[in-house]
Amino acid sequence: MTALRRYPVLVALFIGALFMVLPFLIVAVNAVKSPAEYSSNGPLSLPEGVYLDGLKDFWERVDFGQKLVNSVLISGSVALGAVVLSVLNAYAIGIGRIKGRTWVLAFFVLANMLPQEALVYPVYYLSKEAGLYDTRLSVVIVFIVIQAAFGTYLLASVLGQFPREIIEAARIDGANKWQVLWRIVVPVSRPTIGVLLVFFVIWTWNEFLLPLVMLISNDNQTVSVALGVLQGQRLMDATMTNAAALLGVLPALVFFLVFQRTLTRGIAVGAVK
Amino acid sequence: MTVTVERGGPGDRGGRGSRRGPGSRGGDVVEAHHRAKKPRRPRDSYALFLLPGVLAFFAIIVVPFLMNTGVSFTEWQGVGTPKWTGLANYRELMDDSEFWASFRHSLFMVVAMAAVPTVVGLVLAAALFDFVGKHFGSRTVAVLRACFYLPQVLPIAVAGIVWSWILAPENGSLNEVLKAIGLGGLQQDWLGDPDLALYTVMGVMVWVQIGFPLVVFMAGLQRVDPQLYEAAELDGAGWWRRFWHITLPQIRPEIYVVLLWCTIAALKVFGAVYVLTKGGPGGATNVPSYFSFTTFFEKTQVGYGAAISTVLTVIILVLALAGLKLQTRAEDAEQGGVR
Repeated sequence: MTALRRYPVLVALFIGALFMVLPFLIVAVNAVKSPAEYSSNGPLSLPEGVYLDGLKDFWERVDFGQKLVNSVLISGSVALGAVVLSVLNAYAIGIGRIKGRTWVLAFFVLANMLPQEALVYPVYYLSKEAGLYDTRLSVVIVFIVIQAAFGTYLLASVLGQFPREIIEAARIDGANKWQVLWRIVVPVSRPTIGVLLVFFVIWTWNEFLLPLVMLISNDNQTVSVALGVLQGQRLMDATMTNAAALLGVLPALVFFLVFQRTLTRGIAVGAVK
Repeated sequence: MTVTVERGGPGDRGGRGSRRGPGSRGGDVVEAHHRAKKPRRPRDSYALFLLPGVLAFFAIIVVPFLMNTGVSFTEWQGVGTPKWTGLANYRELMDDSEFWASFRHSLFMVVAMAAVPTVVGLVLAAALFDFVGKHFGSRTVAVLRACFYLPQVLPIAVAGIVWSWILAPENGSLNEVLKAIGLGGLQQDWLGDPDLALYTVMGVMVWVQIGFPLVVFMAGLQRVDPQLYEAAELDGAGWWRRFWHITLPQIRPEIYVVLLWCTIAALKVFGAVYVLTKGGPGGATNVPSYFSFTTFFEKTQVGYGAAISTVLTVIILVLALAGLKLQTRAEDAEQGGVR
């Protein structure tokens, strides 16, 4: 294929990619404009200077620092808890090959596909009964189980291919099952476990319905819920909206840039075994 | 947002061969004792590892799910004792035009979140893998792939804020762009016009969703033998022919997975509707999950909301089971034929 025919395709792809990131660029540009500049020049002009008061005002008004802490705390604990639970389940299914494992696995998969709408009211009701309503712990517990359903599925299929000679050798050397799990299976499966951690953090960070229902007080809300609720009220002016959007985009963007390779590898592992 | 498909074949065979492996050689006393009692099932003590998971599962998923199903046969305001009404809620649903409309909108979401992203993702993945990768190097591919995938890591609430501001009727960027390029006549109230809102939400969902199939397909293409492409190219097959006769058949498993997974995601869509339109204007973008949410928490008709979510669950589970079955059968056929 000649160079003349190559470049139009590449240009078309870059235009497509530009279209994907354009909303981020528009938001970034407008988040640093002053309200006066925005109202006189509109959303498409380049900023004349960097005006950070809008960001600062928004940060203080919604107590964004607290929302970040909540999101980090919830996503982090869910990721760790769900990985531990997935490892235990997958060890029994993938390596222990317990009886009826196909059914157990199918059960986990279907549970993962269940719409959260079919759980939300009982979970809301039960957490009120248990005195856990409007606590971060309630959300953590629920998401550990939901994420572990996926983690079990992925890890079980990876551990199903685990080289059995290694386990047998360790057993001959006198290691019990618990030791085999933590000293051999977990270290060897570290790449997959890393992938799961990254996914669990992102998914939990982005969750909306259950945190919206469960976390009503300002001090417990996550970034996603706080921004979604603000947006729902339609009380924000343009500068505020952009500040909100930029501050919402940044953590996801940083995480994405840091873990990009893990993510793409993860999809390669996860997509089709 | 991925799903895996376990191929039973090789893994299972390996397992059966070594069935008597570690268990029968277990060194510790507990194990020996256990074995003495149940000589035929030496492995079942692994079941203990499953205990925390299964218990947590019953408490957090199975019990609430059964409660929800139970409540769907009652009339309940969320306080007091639920009143058993049998199938009354379901009968009422049959005549509820809002309910049918919400499921009709779901079909539009399936087009926007599953069908379109799969087709576009296939073409993009093939173009990036087979064309850009070959002629411009893997760095260019990585940059482009990252751009397309970016919306996938964004909280949907944030994506909603970004888009509802861009699509705003006054001073919204999209309308400003249309004005700037002399197409001011096309300016619209994108999310506020009942005839348009659903299509606008669909457009946003395509933007959100496109990166997922792209990345899955690109991962799948890595297993394709490059010699297939080389041979086809030598035989004079053009890009479209190679796409049609090599790329498509080779990544068929990925296509199944993506279609199934995205369809389920489309049926469940909630956050985007909440943030962009709240189901409006006038119910024009209402979907089952949002409908059940408002019925639960705004109208506090818990029984009726539970019936809506139960119907949604049944549809999703039937679809998931059918999809998984179809896939397993396709894979069995493939393995039987080739091996």
